[in-house]
Amino acid sequence: MSDRITDPATTSWYEASARARLDGLLDPGSFREFIGPEQRRMSPHLPLFDLPRAFDDGMIVGAGRLDGQAVLVAAQEGRFMGGAFGEVHGAKLVGLLRAALDQKPAALLILFDTGGVRLQEANAGETAIAEVMRAITQVRAAGVPVIGLIGGRAGAYGGGGLIAGTCSRLAVSEGGRISVSGPEVIETNKGAEEFDSRDRALVWRTMGGKHRRLTGGADAFADDTVAAFRTAALRLIDTAPAFDLATLEAEQARLEERIARFGDCRDGTEIWARLGANDPAAIPAMTTAEFDALLAQIGETTHDAR
Amino acid sequence: MEKLTFRHATKKPLAGAKAQAITGVVASGNLEVLLERALPPDACTVEIETPINGYGDVWEAVVADFVARAQPGGIRITINDGGARPDTVSLRLLQGARLMEV
Amino acid sequence: MTLAEILTSLFPDGHAVSVADGLVSGDGPFRGARLAVVGVDGNTPLGIEGAARLSRLVLDVVRAGGGTPILVAVDSDSQRMSRRDELLGLNEYLAHLAKTLLLADASGHPTVGLVYGHTAAGAFIATALATRVLVGLPGAHPSVMDLPSVARVTKLPLDKLEAMAKDTPVFAPGLDNMVQTGAVQGVLDPARPLAPQIAAVIDAMPAGDTRDALGRERAGRPVAQEIAAQVVREAALG
Repeated sequence: MSDRITDPATTSWYEASARARLDGLLDPGSFREFIGPEQRRMSPHLPLFDLPRAFDDGMIVGAGRLDGQAVLVAAQEGRFMGGAFGEVHGAKLVGLLRAALDQKPAALLILFDTGGVRLQEANAGETAIAEVMRAITQVRAAGVPVIGLIGGRAGAYGGGGLIAGTCSRLAVSEGGRISVSGPEVIETNKGAEEFDSRDRALVWRTMGGKHRRLTGGADAFADDTVAAFRTAALRLIDTAPAFDLATLEAEQARLEERIARFGDCRDGTEIWARLGANDPAAIPAMTTAEFDALLAQIGETTHDAR
Repeated sequence: MEKLTFRHATKKPLAGAKAQAITGVVASGNLEVLLERALPPDACTVEIETPINGYGDVWEAVVADFVARAQPGGIRITINDGGARPDTVSLRLLQGARLMEV
Repeated sequence: MTLAEILTSLFPDGHAVSVADGLVSGDGPFRGARLAVVGVDGNTPLGIEGAARLSRLVLDVVRAGGGTPILVAVDSDSQRMSRRDELLGLNEYLAHLAKTLLLADASGHPTVGLVYGHTAAGAFIATALATRVLVGLPGAHPSVMDLPSVARVTKLPLDKLEAMAKDTPVFAPGLDNMVQTGAVQGVLDPARPLAPQIAAVIDAMPAGDTRDALGRERAGRPVAQEIAAQVVREAALG
């Protein structure tokens, strides 16, 4: 562990490296990395593309403590290859989930920061995402909560968005974005009139942290600090829903209801208004305290149907 | 990709007892530096992989300057470069050395 | 093979599988009981409505119990790419569909994926890749992204990528490459009846997820299995 954080209460999660996030998230000095950088288990494929490799392939996995509880953790480095899933990157998370079945930690935390599949290793990345999703459901069925924390610069896109949707609980910050097709992908394929990816406010209203929290796509909204994500993670561990037929029946009903109620909405603000927000245009600028008050007033966005 | 290796004789071991440290990230204009206490105290090696070819003399100068300033005896340094400028490289090397001295 | 040909080969005595809006649903007689079929046909993109309908069908099978196996037949586009789908949380719908298939499998309903046409990206992950065993038919063309798009993103010339694709299964589109990475277990023989072939796949189902082991054997994903195993070992050192 090298990137240290002096004050988690003021350190931006968005700006911090994956290692710094882990340092501030976990109890001080408790992190033990698996397949550390000194083992140099780098991508066997990137050299074919003349691309530089990272010692950890952009995925840091290990064990630590969260308020004294044993947890397993995985953190993606969004600045290396956009945090995308390659063969080694994905296999480390698969291994961590398999380890959770043996170790039965209090929780497994995934610090998402990913654009999805690494195209230079596309088939390996895509397959790893499928393996991760299967393993998450097994870990959840074994009673171990899988908590996703989303607030990095790369967001949780593509297969990362699907993995996020498989977790027991998600915490997201203002800067966190959750989506399958990213704005640039939609614009490239369908044109700027479908999605103008340079319109950052539109991106935030469509897939940003507040929108996801308001519509029930995430369970906690956190300030953009390492300390806030730690608090959110601790709270979510205790409320994780089971993985069983009842949960998925409830999720089916929740998702069908969303289409029925909001299927004709063109913008996030229309959905927020229907949810009961008096001044939807004010939501993007709300502080966390104001936003939490709004959530309490709306109520229905908190659920166990995941 | 270009691979470079520099070996230096050092006058003293790097202070501290930390076995290894890593700093930085492989991204455009950035680099990661892995430091390991793995050599005799009178030696330091720096191995570099960089996607920017043809700057061996610049790397050589930056590394020589770092070794003279930090005297990182006993340290094996490995760098994955993402195309960092020389001042960024110097900064990261010194950061790494400080992390080892804790 | 077309879906109609597949269904005829799978259910020679007739079936109750139909296609509406590109979504496949129904069942047919299979080994003295029924085989449920869900899927996507006609290179249809998978959006929120389609995913929600398929997941409902899967939950219906699970609720009914009885261990009915589920065939997930796929000839799809990628996920539907639109602002509306993302606004309404497409990631949740696709993940939910995958979860229902994974729950079905864990609840005693063997799940078999069958790729017979195209499929890509999120639609692939949410359907065929969420089954216990995935098989293909010759001519199927699963991909993460087509090579011209890969060329655009990686800024590599298309002709260079096409040359690399010939001996680098890890990134190039196509059924053979997904077989080599272990995602696709095997390719069925369209000249022989499909019912016994699907039955044999179900009978030989591995207990766990063996895709990384297959990827290593077939050299398409050389290190994934050992990396995952090493993480498990290091975690046990506690």
